Amino acid sequence: MRLDPQLPSGPLAEAWSRRRQDLSLVAPSNRRHFRVLVVGSGLAGASAAASLAEQGYHVRLVTHHDSPRRAHSVAAQGGINAARNYQNDGDSVERLFRDTVRGGDFRAREAGCHRLAEISGSIIDQCVALGVPFAREYGGSLCNRSFGGSQVSRTFYARGQTGQQLLYGVVQALLRQVAAGRVELCPQRDLLDLICLDGVARGAICRHRLSGALETHTAHAVLLASGGYSNVFHRSTNAVRSNASALWRAHRRGALMANPCFTQIHPTCIPSGDPDQSKLTLMSESLRNDGRVWLPRRPGDQRRPDQVPEAERDYFLERLYPSYGNMVPRDVASRRARELCVAGHGVGPAGRSIYLDFEEAIEREGRGVIEERYGNLFAMYERISGSDPYREPMRIYPAPHYTMGGLWVDYHLMSTIPGLFVLGEANFSEHGANRLGASALMQGLADGLFIAPATVPAWLAEHPHPELDERHPACREAAEGVRARIAALRSIGGRQPAEVLRRQLGALLIESCGISRSAQGLRSGLEEVAALRASFDRDLLLVDPGTPLDPELEKALQLQDYLELADLMLRDALAREESCGAHFREEHQSPSGEALRRDDQFSHIAAWQWQADGAPIRHQEPLQFRSISPTARSYR
Amino acid sequence: MSGPTSINLRLRIWRQRQDQPGGGFLTYPLKDLSPDLSLLEALDRLNQQLLLAGERPVSFDHDCREGICGSCGFLINGQAHGPRSGTAVCQLYLRDFSDGQTLTLEPWRARAFPLIQDLVVDRSAFDRLLMAGGYLSVNIGSAPEANALPVAREQAAQAFEAASCIGCGACVAACPNASASLFVAAKLAHLELLPQGQPEAQQRSLRLREQMVAEGFGTCGNQLECSAVCPKEIPSSLISRMNHLARG
Repeated sequence: MRLDPQLPSGPLAEAWSRRRQDLSLVAPSNRRHFRVLVVGSGLAGASAAASLAEQGYHVRLVTHHDSPRRAHSVAAQGGINAARNYQNDGDSVERLFRDTVRGGDFRAREAGCHRLAEISGSIIDQCVALGVPFAREYGGSLCNRSFGGSQVSRTFYARGQTGQQLLYGVVQALLRQVAAGRVELCPQRDLLDLICLDGVARGAICRHRLSGALETHTAHAVLLASGGYSNVFHRSTNAVRSNASALWRAHRRGALMANPCFTQIHPTCIPSGDPDQSKLTLMSESLRNDGRVWLPRRPGDQRRPDQVPEAERDYFLERLYPSYGNMVPRDVASRRARELCVAGHGVGPAGRSIYLDFEEAIEREGRGVIEERYGNLFAMYERISGSDPYREPMRIYPAPHYTMGGLWVDYHLMSTIPGLFVLGEANFSEHGANRLGASALMQGLADGLFIAPATVPAWLAEHPHPELDERHPACREAAEGVRARIAALRSIGGRQPAEVLRRQLGALLIESCGISRSAQGLRSGLEEVAALRASFDRDLLLVDPGTPLDPELEKALQLQDYLELADLMLRDALAREESCGAHFREEHQSPSGEALRRDDQFSHIAAWQWQADGAPIRHQEPLQFRSISPTARSYR
Repeated sequence: MSGPTSINLRLRIWRQRQDQPGGGFLTYPLKDLSPDLSLLEALDRLNQQLLLAGERPVSFDHDCREGICGSCGFLINGQAHGPRSGTAVCQLYLRDFSDGQTLTLEPWRARAFPLIQDLVVDRSAFDRLLMAGGYLSVNIGSAPEANALPVAREQAAQAFEAASCIGCGACVAACPNASASLFVAAKLAHLELLPQGQPEAQQRSLRLREQMVAEGFGTCGNQLECSAVCPKEIPSSLISRMNHLARG
């Protein structure tokens, strides 16, 4: 298989506008004859559905939520980047482009990153027009703040709820189209298979969560915007019902999965206190501007933090990275925290947390200033942990947060299944091996507001397929497959609830394929996943509740997909024998413990092809850097 | 941390199957729970026990478990979202309750929110309220430069506060008339406080208020329970604002 990323030739700066000139169009009166199926109602899905409906296409949107407003984009805190240079501090499209490529440790395509930077400004314009109440200066202009990985202030925000406000903006645009009859909104649907006809994506089989009915949704193009797969780790900062099933079912139908081992572990989350804890809550990166990270120097030190004298504390980020200190990028902070906890310096339950201490900042700035800056975060921490961060240091620990990997897409966001487009976190695109803060919202909206609305019509114009009848054998075959799969799960009759097995998977995956990875650990991880798959097949407990609403069935279906996905992540991490961004292989580090990239062998995107029988096949798409030459990242 | 190292609770939960017109309370004892467990995690544990015993688990809505998606919500001892102010159900921890306490968990009760099963209700009426006009009629791609339209800092902050409503439905559940006035007033304030929202302001207000009646929500009786239980603490003054503007 040859992967053609459809990259533009010529100068990067005009590449996207040149490409847009060449894309085919559909005449306004013909657009209503085309049906587009959108899966997911987060920033990418809702904005793509609204845009395409406004153009005149017939759109149907399916989501597993009861309302599109609940999609997990809603939980994003910090902000959204845009190269507007409103602060006159030297920002430009070129600079955002370079920061993105560097931040991703040179494992993303230049053309895609450049387009993202170009579009970033229009996203802010559009969101303001949609009524997003961004923070404002006294003069009425938009505020900005700074985030990790850049030296300019280019992050737009709405307090600590930027994702919520952006989502409501695009969901309102979506609901306007629903009211106009141009979008059919189908909530409470789980996607369980993709329908392909002659190798082209033509729809999906969904289960209605309330009625239990299996439905056939046919279309001329399918847009997958179903989010990332951090929940494969069981405990992550994702919403507990976020899942990888839409993505994985598309993969099994032939969509290649790119860089699945590139997963971001966010350093500052509230750690787990109890085995039954269901998720981890993120504490914004901004806290590290004033909080100092430390651990006791002596391993196994059980004293309360206020009883550890200054001389016996190790402010390890300040010690190791004097120039960046506590503000090193996410991957670096997470890795160092884990190293010291493994070496016995960790505090809290099971020695799996570190301190984030505001004592000095409160002394320096006064409690009022700190309260003004972080009051809502401190309150959130207090609520969850029961401890007062104004008096005691916060206890934090890294947690899975975002997945850079995802379905492989070309420059038009089309996967290796023709007619299947993948948007937002579900695709692998522009973040390379490490995403910068405040760039996820930017990418989701770039895909949904501007890129897909240009490239999907071009596909439709060139592929005017006849309508696909629900009774077509391709639809029936897919529906039958889903029915058989559910029946098979119900007939196992074992003793282990899905949740118990899922915890085991999460624990082994975070250990073997988390912050730090080694060939030996990855190999034993593969064996453990295989064993767990066997016990799932043999011992799953799934009782028919007697009513169609059946969260246990949903969990079992999701877990079956996670087990296969985990296997692929481990294989990908094993095959990539280098360290880059969030992918840290212990065999490939400098004497001082920094990541060592191997550009001679791994300057490529790994794209995996599903094989029904046997091991998946690893394909490569080479990366070329024409504008920026790859250098080693250094924060010392 | 001080306080007990483990907690026992009795959960008295409304159980009603999807296919049944009525239901009733069943009581479940839960023993030796960590006070650091969230209430929803205690429900997870109960469900695990029910599953192993071959019984139907308790249905409840939840997702982000950090108080922002608006999925969760039920009454705890008659109070929407429970005893702590400014929190959703998912942000309650067992240390917020006392050892040996009985908690009665009931679904939202309102004509416009039909019961689905156990603690789950259908809140799609909220989306239909927004569809009636809770948006700005601009097409994507036609926006002017963002800083071309200044918005006063205070105005933007007030619009943000109104816009922070998570659509959980607690306001309706707490209102003796099951009115959606706080939800509607918050959306109107969010859009009207911004200059972009001015052109459609009158139409929008009229259509949302008409839709509120059509969905079977009651009228506001100025009891202000809505604001007291709101996890985002949306002020009830927004309702006065809505009514004042509607009278012109």
